[in-house]
Amino acid sequence: MFAYSLRRILGSVPTILLLIIASFFLMQVAPGGPFTSERPLPPAVLANLEARYGLDQPLWKQLWDYLTNIVFHFDFGPSFKFKDRDVNDIIASGLPISLTYGLLSFLAATTVGVSLGIAAALKHNSWIDYTAVSLGIAAQALPNFIMGPILILTFTLYLGWLPGGGWNGGQWQYLIMPVIALSTSYMGSIARITRSSMLEVLNSNYIRTARAKGLPDGLVIWRHALKPTLLPVISYLGPVFVYVLTGSVFVDLYFSTGGLGQSYVNSALSRDYSVLLGVTILYGVLTVAVNLLTDLAYAWFDPKIRY
Amino acid sequence: MKNVRTAFISGLLASTVLAAPVFAMGNVPEGVTLADDQTFTYRVLDEHSSVDPQIVEDVSGAEIVRDLFEGLMSQDEMGNLVPGVATGFEASDDKTVYTFTLRDDARWSDGTRVTANDFVFAWQRAVDPATASPYAWYMEITSIENAAEIIAGEAEPSTLGVRAIDDLTLEVTLSAPLPYFAQMTTHSTLFPSPSWVIEEHGAEWTRPENIVSNGAYVLTEHNLAERSVRERNKMYWDNDNTIIEKVVSLVINDENVALTRYLAGELDRTEVPAGQFPRLSEEYPEEAISFPRLCNYYYTFNLTEDGPEAFQDARVRKALALAVDRKVIVENVLAGGQTEAYTFTPVSVAEFEPPLPEFAAKTQAEKDAMAKELLAEAGYGPDNPLSFNMIYNTSEAHKKIAVAMSQMWKQKLGVETELGNMEWKVFLEERGNQNFELARGAWCGDYNEASTFLDLLTTPSGYNDGKFSNAMVDDLMTEARTADDAGTLYAKVEEIIAEEMPIIPIYHYAGVYMMDSDVGNWPVNNVEQNWYSKNLYKIAE
Repeated sequence: MFAYSLRRILGSVPTILLLIIASFFLMQVAPGGPFTSERPLPPAVLANLEARYGLDQPLWKQLWDYLTNIVFHFDFGPSFKFKDRDVNDIIASGLPISLTYGLLSFLAATTVGVSLGIAAALKHNSWIDYTAVSLGIAAQALPNFIMGPILILTFTLYLGWLPGGGWNGGQWQYLIMPVIALSTSYMGSIARITRSSMLEVLNSNYIRTARAKGLPDGLVIWRHALKPTLLPVISYLGPVFVYVLTGSVFVDLYFSTGGLGQSYVNSALSRDYSVLLGVTILYGVLTVAVNLLTDLAYAWFDPKIRY
Repeated sequence: MKNVRTAFISGLLASTVLAAPVFAMGNVPEGVTLADDQTFTYRVLDEHSSVDPQIVEDVSGAEIVRDLFEGLMSQDEMGNLVPGVATGFEASDDKTVYTFTLRDDARWSDGTRVTANDFVFAWQRAVDPATASPYAWYMEITSIENAAEIIAGEAEPSTLGVRAIDDLTLEVTLSAPLPYFAQMTTHSTLFPSPSWVIEEHGAEWTRPENIVSNGAYVLTEHNLAERSVRERNKMYWDNDNTIIEKVVSLVINDENVALTRYLAGELDRTEVPAGQFPRLSEEYPEEAISFPRLCNYYYTFNLTEDGPEAFQDARVRKALALAVDRKVIVENVLAGGQTEAYTFTPVSVAEFEPPLPEFAAKTQAEKDAMAKELLAEAGYGPDNPLSFNMIYNTSEAHKKIAVAMSQMWKQKLGVETELGNMEWKVFLEERGNQNFELARGAWCGDYNEASTFLDLLTTPSGYNDGKFSNAMVDDLMTEARTADDAGTLYAKVEEIIAEEMPIIPIYHYAGVYMMDSDVGNWPVNNVEQNWYSKNLYKIAE
């Protein structure tokens, strides 16, 4: 497994490199630059700015400097827009926020989703099943950009229970609505996948055998049914994990959390090349890492898989 | 520019009265009970670019900088000039040398005295190519001696025409007479900065843990893209008269969310989304406010060879301008107290009344008839329909206006238009390279004087994207710089614009806010909206 992991990590290096190069050139293709402004800068000022950020160098040189700075100094360069910040600072301030929301949403979606799914499968065709399935479908049909406004109107405007956005050092009141908005639709999907997977497993021969030999119900489910049930869920959880981290763009913007999603979108709009590239790389690395973890998790859940 | 000078003097006189310790507590009228919690919280659209006075380039950043730092002169609620760090100034007869006298009790937040050298340092820094300030152009238009040469790298920053005669006397030498120079010192680029802090911390000197400032507030917290907090500066010379203890700006990108959060009581101030003012002012008559701003909104014709041939004909341009029913746009589309525009310069500008063209007073039906006639004269009609494209940057309000205009032209004149909606940076690039036929434009005055607008339509202006070029306009504007009665010259320029119609003025902006009724003394009469938290207060409810 160690050799496998090492191979995968090494194999991801070209992927990330390709991502950097492609993003770097795509960025340059977009019209306008970081210093395009409504009041055109005098040529001398523009030249000063470009010299300061190395934009007067040929593209290949800019790319080379960028890559060597990352590799040797772990330096993603200065922000073009926020003069007193560099990309590392911006990521350091936004990532913990995004991670907090992401992880909490992931936990909420998984625990609630899996529990609902299992409950529905165990009480198949009962009112519990129907309620869980309806909840699952409703939740799935509510993407975060619908949930956001509904939550703010309900809990902020009408009830006045929760603040309508912000971070404020991560106080719990500020976390509730973004986490609900972010996790609801994934929770719905997870519940439905878990339910159908569980139903399938419960109908399989080895469960019948386990029951036939007189094992108590709880033990059958806990020891024999749960692991295989979760296998398809795991393969869905990998992408979900990346989505809740990166897909928090909307939540960050809508709830003004100060998370990374906000910097990502705004850097694209203001052509803050270094921030845009830095966050893209971060998201890329996260995706690769989570995919690796998912693959490794398979081995634990399914004894047939060996690396 | 005698008028402007008088304004300065009257402003100064008024300020001496204000500065005298007549009122116990700032600007609070008698009978007002102050709230216990003096925190002012407001919404900003985007994260500010910087709080470095010489670097900041956006409105929300400048608002914070005006609280953190204090320049030579400041503005009062009416936009008049009042003393800041300087107690006053003298200008030489030819308006090329200004001497400012600084107050001796001004202190930085670390207790250091504010001296003339802090201004010299800051101004040299603003023009130094090593600083690469995006607002270096502002230094150029102040006409300070050698500013342009230093920015271009042809002279040393130390040759800038500013020197400290002693700790409390600052002398500024201009390369051209500028009657409104003192007014320009209210802008953040000309604020002082602390050399010792910048030398110690470099670009990171503006972080809350490092920053030292000389204004009424100090920066205490800054969470990127979320909030920034400033609190009373105990070292500020006029701290006794500061009432607001704490100012919080929250970044909220979505204006509707901001409105909801305002209604839930989280904010003291937010912008009203386009079209919602009538409803809000009915429901919250005390809180929905609208007042004129020093900004215009217009469409510019591409007058270069790349533009349509039809636009070379002033009759076509005039016909299109006449057929736009501004009343519909102002009252039905925007509905926030904006005013119909027939001149390029907003009517709210100081010391100058833009002359309305003759057609402005006619009814819309009469204007439409004139438009039809002019267009027919130019050879366009059902047989030879006029068609062109118009571009604007992404925004609900811009889109609504563009759709309304194109419908008006289609119905009244049979003109076909193709609308192009572009993301901001793409829009700037396309408009700047004359890749358009008709493009949206807007401008907010850099200072309260008509030239900040009219200069845009001169041949050398960098913002003249339609490339309108008229020798008379250029001459008049050059002459106005040193003329005693610039107003007459500006009036002539406006008349030429009305005749040539290189742009279609649509409306003049209004500040449309939801403002909590417990916020006292918001400067609604300051058309530049240069507000200072130290002049505000919260009233007990």
